[in-house]
Amino acid sequence: MKVKMEVDIGGLKLQNPVLTASGTFGSGQEYLPFIDLNRLGGVVVKGLTLLPKAGNPPPRLIETPSGLLNAIGLQNPGVDYFIENILPELTSYQTKFIVNISGNTPEEYGVLAQKLSVPGVAALEVNISCPNVKAGGLVFGTDPDLVAEVISVVKGHTNLPVIAKLSPNVTDIQEIARAAEEAGADAISLINTLLGMAIDVETRKPVLGNIVGGLSGPAIKPIALRMVWQVAQAVKIPIIGMGGIVSAQDALEFILAGANAIAIGTGNFINPRVTMEVIAGLEEYCQKTKTEDISHLVGLANPLKMR
Amino acid sequence: MKLQTLGQVIRHEELSSKVYYLVLKAPQIAKQATPGQFVQVKCSDTYQPLLRKPFSLHEIDKVDGRISLLYEVKGQGTKSLTKVRVDDYLDLIGPLGSGFSLPPRCRAILVGGGMGIAPLLPLAEKLKEQGQEFAAILGFNEVQKVYRLEAFQKLGQVIVTTLDGSLGEKGLVTQPLERELGSEKYNIIYACGPEAMLKNVSAIADSFGVECQVSLEAYMACGFGACLGCVCQTKELTGPTYSRVCTDGPVFNSREVIWHEG
Ligand SMILES: Cc1cc2nc3c(=O)[nH]c(=O)nc-3n(C[C@H](O)[C@H](O)[C@H](O)COP(=O)(O)OP(=O)(O)OC[C@H]3O[C@@H](n4cnc5c(N)ncnc54)[C@H](O)[C@@H]3O)c2cc1C
Ligand SMILES: Cc1cc2nc3c(=O)[nH]c(=O)nc-3n(C[C@H](O)[C@H](O)[C@H](O)COP(=O)(O)O)c2cc1C
Ligand code: FES
Repeated sequence: MKVKMEVDIGGLKLQNPVLTASGTFGSGQEYLPFIDLNRLGGVVVKGLTLLPKAGNPPPRLIETPSGLLNAIGLQNPGVDYFIENILPELTSYQTKFIVNISGNTPEEYGVLAQKLSVPGVAALEVNISCPNVKAGGLVFGTDPDLVAEVISVVKGHTNLPVIAKLSPNVTDIQEIARAAEEAGADAISLINTLLGMAIDVETRKPVLGNIVGGLSGPAIKPIALRMVWQVAQAVKIPIIGMGGIVSAQDALEFILAGANAIAIGTGNFINPRVTMEVIAGLEEYCQKTKTEDISHLVGLANPLKMR
Repeated sequence: MKLQTLGQVIRHEELSSKVYYLVLKAPQIAKQATPGQFVQVKCSDTYQPLLRKPFSLHEIDKVDGRISLLYEVKGQGTKSLTKVRVDDYLDLIGPLGSGFSLPPRCRAILVGGGMGIAPLLPLAEKLKEQGQEFAAILGFNEVQKVYRLEAFQKLGQVIVTTLDGSLGEKGLVTQPLERELGSEKYNIIYACGPEAMLKNVSAIADSFGVECQVSLEAYMACGFGACLGCVCQTKELTGPTYSRVCTDGPVFNSREVIWHEG
């Protein structure tokens, strides 16, 4: 039986629902020794900012039980460098490249969206887990009004599909998701990392150079899954689920919770071929369960939800 | 090109307290590897620890397709690594990083502290193979914690230091280093060890006007340039930059490195 693996994420057409998570996959080229990029649903490239960003002082990483804390600080060469030097190298692949953007102000997001609306970029993922410099550092993603503002500015500057990437560090994820949908987001991706920290008892100091960092990996999977479930009840636009996925079974849980596609981040570090294994595993599951179209599985864990 | 592969364990033994020697059959890695490169090893099948752990290539046998690692037990990753047995397979990614570069006609002095001696052995082998002169200064804590000395002695002149003087010269590697450099026989230093040692060695290199390559360590997630987690600060034309230890290094010219305080 041939399984239909293609999915449509708010106008972004993917050959299968498996993406890579921003910041864990470079521009994709770092993984060429291990996998065929053309077999991926898509690559979400490392977060870009308007100007080059040096990033946080090291140490930037520390493992915690089943998890990884990172405080990279969005180190990147800036959007212009990306467009001039990296993007041209990506056009030789058939996979879709989605660019993740971070701004200090809503206007910056708009400029980024405009600059990146060029051939080779398939969609924009808007990272709203960034502090709003104008509003005293309040993280955009924690305030529904700010989320709406950023998304509508981005929508006003591009014709590409716009994916709002939500921060899990909020009290009511449904409220934020609705704000993004109402502002015109074509899809929602979640979750970004959970804020955490670690302390070295020898030095009696925080381990990370930045003191706090973002938690990812299997440790956060139950939280991510719950949030995808909740957002699936709150919005009609497609959802890209992520957080701790390391196997096809994990990916299926997200799809059954309501995700139309999934992304893998930290899992790539442990097994750089994990995306390929998950694609194969999803297809196998569909065959075994006589599911003709992977999209038929979306949200099935909720008997009330017809998507 | 780097690859993910299974390496079969051929030998695995404890050399001294908590220090292990692990020989693996991994022909594709051995074929391409150069001294100073490393492998990312999956030490456990569970999420404890979650990440792979990086280890320097301690031997590169291209003829027999073997590599070896020399490691010290620190925490969960290295502890579970001690459990692998002969004939088991280990999931490896490698060879990774940019290793030592060997200028023509170098008269090298190798400086290793503790586990830092690991990547210096394949370098010593390469130097010997190319008929280039070298001496090695290897620093340990005490005689009970000295390992792999004969492997170096087979290849060339070795000076040993121990902190307590229980073998060789008493003290740090930097003392014999200054003395040897005074002879003006050497034009390049290759160093690997604790950061404080590397910082001192690089200051000595500067004062003698000798080139110095240091192999650095950093906490790594991917090991192949994708996560930007492993950076160290280096001097570039444009000012201080965060460079990736896993791909730009682990070997750096000591003049490029911006050392931490203390
Ligand atoms: C390029 C490179 C080459 C290395 N070569 C050798 C070698 O030849 N022999 C050897 O014994 N050790 C080597 N190390 C150090 C080795 O990677 C650590 O000792 C090992 O990761 C400890 O893991 P653990 O889980 O046992 O210990 P933990 O208790 O988790 O950590 C002990 C210390 O090891 C370091 N460490 C832990 N996890 C990582 C990680 N994912 N990446 C980098 N460092 C980490 C940290 O500094 C930490 O403080 C090398 C490190 C690097 C970066
Ligand atoms: C090292 C690292 C860097 C990351 N950088 C970004 C980034 O630049 N932009 C972003 O939106 N998310 C970033 N993330 C978050 C991931 O894209 C993802 O949302 C999160 O890690 C959860 O998925 P995972 O558990 O599969 O890793 C980063 C995560 C890690 C571990
Ligand atoms: S460890 Fe990921 S970039 Fe170096």
